[in-house]
Amino acid sequence: MTEPLHSRATTALSPSAADLLCRWVVRQAAAQETWFLDALERLQTSADERALHLFLGQVPRRLGKADLELTPQDLTAAHTVLPGWSPLGWSLDGAARVAGLLTFRGQRPFAALFEDLVRTADARELITLYRGLSFYPEPASLSTLVGAGLRSNMRAVFEAIAHGNPYPRDHFDLHRWNHMVLKALFIGSRLAPIVGIDQRNNPELARILLDYADERWAAGRVVTPELWRCVGPCADALGAYAALQRALTGSPAERLAAGLALSQTDTPSARHLLTSVPETAALIGTGRVGWSNLHHYEAI
Amino acid sequence: MYIDPHAHMVSRTTDDYEAMAAAGVVALIEPAFWVGQPRTFVGTYVDYLSSLVGWERFRAGQFGIRHYCTIGLNSKEANNEALAEGVMEWLPRFAMKEGVVAIGEIGYDEQTPLEEKYFRAQLALAKELALPVMVHTPHRDKKRGTSRSMDVCEEMGLDPSWVVIDHNNEETVRETLDRGYWAGFSIYPSTKMGNARMVELLRHYGGDRIIVDSACDWGISDCLGVAKTARLALASGIDAQVVRQVTYANALCVYGKSGQIHESDWLDPPEIDQRTLYEGNSILRGGREPRIEHPRQAADDLLID
Repeated sequence: MTEPLHSRATTALSPSAADLLCRWVVRQAAAQETWFLDALERLQTSADERALHLFLGQVPRRLGKADLELTPQDLTAAHTVLPGWSPLGWSLDGAARVAGLLTFRGQRPFAALFEDLVRTADARELITLYRGLSFYPEPASLSTLVGAGLRSNMRAVFEAIAHGNPYPRDHFDLHRWNHMVLKALFIGSRLAPIVGIDQRNNPELARILLDYADERWAAGRVVTPELWRCVGPCADALGAYAALQRALTGSPAERLAAGLALSQTDTPSARHLLTSVPETAALIGTGRVGWSNLHHYEAI
Repeated sequence: MYIDPHAHMVSRTTDDYEAMAAAGVVALIEPAFWVGQPRTFVGTYVDYLSSLVGWERFRAGQFGIRHYCTIGLNSKEANNEALAEGVMEWLPRFAMKEGVVAIGEIGYDEQTPLEEKYFRAQLALAKELALPVMVHTPHRDKKRGTSRSMDVCEEMGLDPSWVVIDHNNEETVRETLDRGYWAGFSIYPSTKMGNARMVELLRHYGGDRIIVDSACDWGISDCLGVAKTARLALASGIDAQVVRQVTYANALCVYGKSGQIHESDWLDPPEIDQRTLYEGNSILRGGREPRIEHPRQAADDLLID
């Protein structure tokens, strides 16, 4: 028997993602709390897709579209449910929609339902649908649809999958992972928010990115500094030192990125290159510069 | 600051978005329409509607323009009964999407029984969902078709103050206004309304319940129809308040009844743009007027970087 929904908002013992989302929404729902909980109750018992469509359409009208208010404890709780999951940047309506989707008990396989929702989604819904990927039933069955989302030209849709979302780390094969990282660079998106960016790094990706850097330079275009994060660990095998040396003469962020990549590559050539840029090495030595704040140094 | 409440951007390039933004268009409404060739599968129609609430909204946002749309089965395609039946099943879901400000554009083309059937069905849907309606009036037998459109709206129990009768001209405007409807005018070369004629209409009728749009699409049309009409009207001595009504405030008022379009959407957009898909226009923050710039003269640039 399923736990009654009303207790979800207060349950303390090992909550699920649905529990957390429900708790956060209720906290912010004010006068709409009853509507929201009653709607969830219906979604759990009715198996009626029309009720789900209606719920998804009504959520922003009922609850509004404010940012989801989260405390540091909430973020810790999210991390406990699934390491790497970051609900930062979620909206109230987004959280409520995913909570509804997780509560709904339909008759079709979830992937079929999800395909249908994606097909008719507005832009904001698409982002919401993809943000919840890790928590849906049989997440591996959503692979084809996730591929379509990654191919989207809407950057925010791509980032709903790529950023703060553990799904790619946990479910992407090597090829899809590598192309997600490459696309992130292509569209000017950041790598740091990709969950598992270091864990899933691989020589093939490093090679693709090194080629990409050469292609950019040949065209007289700038190379995103974050790229060196993925090249660094394979620098020796790829013979990437010349490229890193070139990056060390680039913009402040490029210099720091190349320096960071080298400092994390414990080889004689890497150490030698680092000693040739004492200022960069010293700044990295302070421990204040990291991959997550590199973009702050772009204008220095 | 202008709203173009009738623009088929799916048929336009990014140059047009750029030009519209530079001319001061802050928001536009894209009505679902006939794309120039009939769709023969329900699925293609569904994907088209999806693009209106998804991709096209994103594309507009790239240029700092807020994109809204109306959802409907147009009159030409209503004549394919199998398609029409299929599309009608999907419409309620799309009508509930974010930024859908009306059911439209719907109405008559050849004034056939099937057109009538689906016009009525969609008016009923608008009523049920409490959405405004954008009515496309026919090019041929226009005057009678326009009167008949309003007759049907009234028979279906719609409140005229929730209905925009679009593509008016000198022959239809009096009746449209007298019966309590909003009167749309499409500044569209050759076939619809010219902006010099529009200025004369404004001189005669003032700005109450009159709405100017470009209806720009895949034909010979001008995406700057609203901005150019505003400039011409001001230069011709039309009161600035009237110009603001017909190129901005009236559209906001009637389509605002949907609850899906608010001035704050462009005057005070949310900080977090990952969700809004809106590149934003920081100049607009705090309610200041947008800077009017000349669009990039892409056609004259020799260099392509």
